[in-house]
Amino acid sequence: MKDVRVLMGHISLAYQWALSPTDARFFDELRNKRIMGTKCPKCGRVLVPARKFCPRCFVDTTEWVEVSDEGVIVTSTLVGEKLRFEGQPIEPPYGLAVIKLDGADVGFSHFIGGIDFSDPEKSMEKMKPGTRVKAVWNEKREGKITDIKYFKPLG
Amino acid sequence: MRRVAVIGIGQTKHGKRNDVNYPELVYEAVKRALEHADITIGDVDAIVTGSMPAPMEGTNDPQLWLTDALGGYLKPLMRIATCGSTGISLAHSAYYHVASGLFDVVMAAGMEKMYENDPQGTMTTVAEPFYQRIFTAGAPGIFAQQCNAYIHRYDIPKEKLREAAAEVSVRNHLDALENPYAHIRVKITVEDVLSSPVISYPVRFLDLCPISDGSCAVIFASEDFVRKAKIDRVAWVRGLSYAGDEHNFGDKDLVNWESAIKAARETYRMAGIENPIKEIDVAEIYNPFTYQEILYYELFGFCKPGEGYKLVLEGAVTKDGEIACDPSGGVLCTNPIGASGLIRVAEAALQIMGEASNQVDSCETALAHAMGGVNQFNGLMILGR
Repeated sequence: MKDVRVLMGHISLAYQWALSPTDARFFDELRNKRIMGTKCPKCGRVLVPARKFCPRCFVDTTEWVEVSDEGVIVTSTLVGEKLRFEGQPIEPPYGLAVIKLDGADVGFSHFIGGIDFSDPEKSMEKMKPGTRVKAVWNEKREGKITDIKYFKPLG
Repeated sequence: MRRVAVIGIGQTKHGKRNDVNYPELVYEAVKRALEHADITIGDVDAIVTGSMPAPMEGTNDPQLWLTDALGGYLKPLMRIATCGSTGISLAHSAYYHVASGLFDVVMAAGMEKMYENDPQGTMTTVAEPFYQRIFTAGAPGIFAQQCNAYIHRYDIPKEKLREAAAEVSVRNHLDALENPYAHIRVKITVEDVLSSPVISYPVRFLDLCPISDGSCAVIFASEDFVRKAKIDRVAWVRGLSYAGDEHNFGDKDLVNWESAIKAARETYRMAGIENPIKEIDVAEIYNPFTYQEILYYELFGFCKPGEGYKLVLEGAVTKDGEIACDPSGGVLCTNPIGASGLIRVAEAALQIMGEASNQVDSCETALAHAMGGVNQFNGLMILGR
């Protein structure tokens, strides 16, 4: 047996990430249970979450648009029990999805919830691409992306 | 623009390498590359280096610590960071350095020591903290979503795709047995893959790459240097391109993946390739996930959209098939991320030199590729005789 030695250490650093006015308005509207996008004057796409500029046309967005808190799953996955890492927001298994909200032109990432995740195949069937979902909002909202608890499959 | 060749390659034995510290790991690869090129560190004019996010090893700006091991004393040196595609970016940068005429010999070196940290935790922090980070479950959570989008788009028969993905894993593992530098060197069966636990649906444990410690160095030189030093064993760079998508995961089309398509198209144009599957002998595709390797066949024009699984089931992508994909065992069996993309270039160049451990007969044209970020970047390089 080789003598393997390691130096143990830990780095923990605090951050204060500045919200731009666009970020701040998006998060403030979440408190009111409204999901906001911004519209690009050139390509006409409604971008969600809201942005100051369109990454493709490279021009400022000019209009705020409220999109629905309902939409269709573009893609999804079930994070399995074995996928664990430092900083993980919730205990696996859980659902993740990209959702095209009604009125938006790009996908919005969030959790899928309100279904049983014990069986991977069965839970994926309930949250497969093409499934309609609706936001389930937290009672107490603090202006964060987690003001939406998750999106729940409809029907 | 000057012609540029790969003249030397060095790799460490990849795996859990706690027998060396970070610079010693890099020194091992650099020394081997110099020996392979039969030059000394004094011949190297400049160095480009890079790895994944520095928190992976807990030393920020690690090129400071690694300068000594890179032979960087009194030389121009820079760090490049494009996430998983860092390795191909290093090769591109070394090419730019030499093609520009400013430098004759440039060394690219990539490295990672993934056993020193929680890699999925670190990789999750590549996503911005406001909107996406908490929905980024390490690399598997990202690429599993790409796979499900792919299945849905083309209505691919799930069982067929699953079988093809398992075949891809089996083939990479078999090929890795031929590669003395590979990390995972075990023989597995289709049944092993299909019964391994789901990590992020539909990606199972044996559908995905390991974490590895390892380093790779590749030396690029001008035609002038090749002639002057009378080097007869070279792989010429014939084409390269790189493209990026937006950062927001939901903005891009994960299936008709534009950055991969555009980078491939431009690389082929520069290399004069019209029919990739016929003209390319070896493709070292960045394949951390079985399903992603299959999708790349389509994005790189080896077959029609939605038909990648057929190439696997027909045996077209094996060493004896139409195009040998990842005969090194790929990222699937060896993944020191900052080096992984450069290992693709190294293995492609070795195939051209006729020195690969799993050599494909009369390989004249080889493709190297890497991907990075939350499905964000793609870069390719074509090497030839």
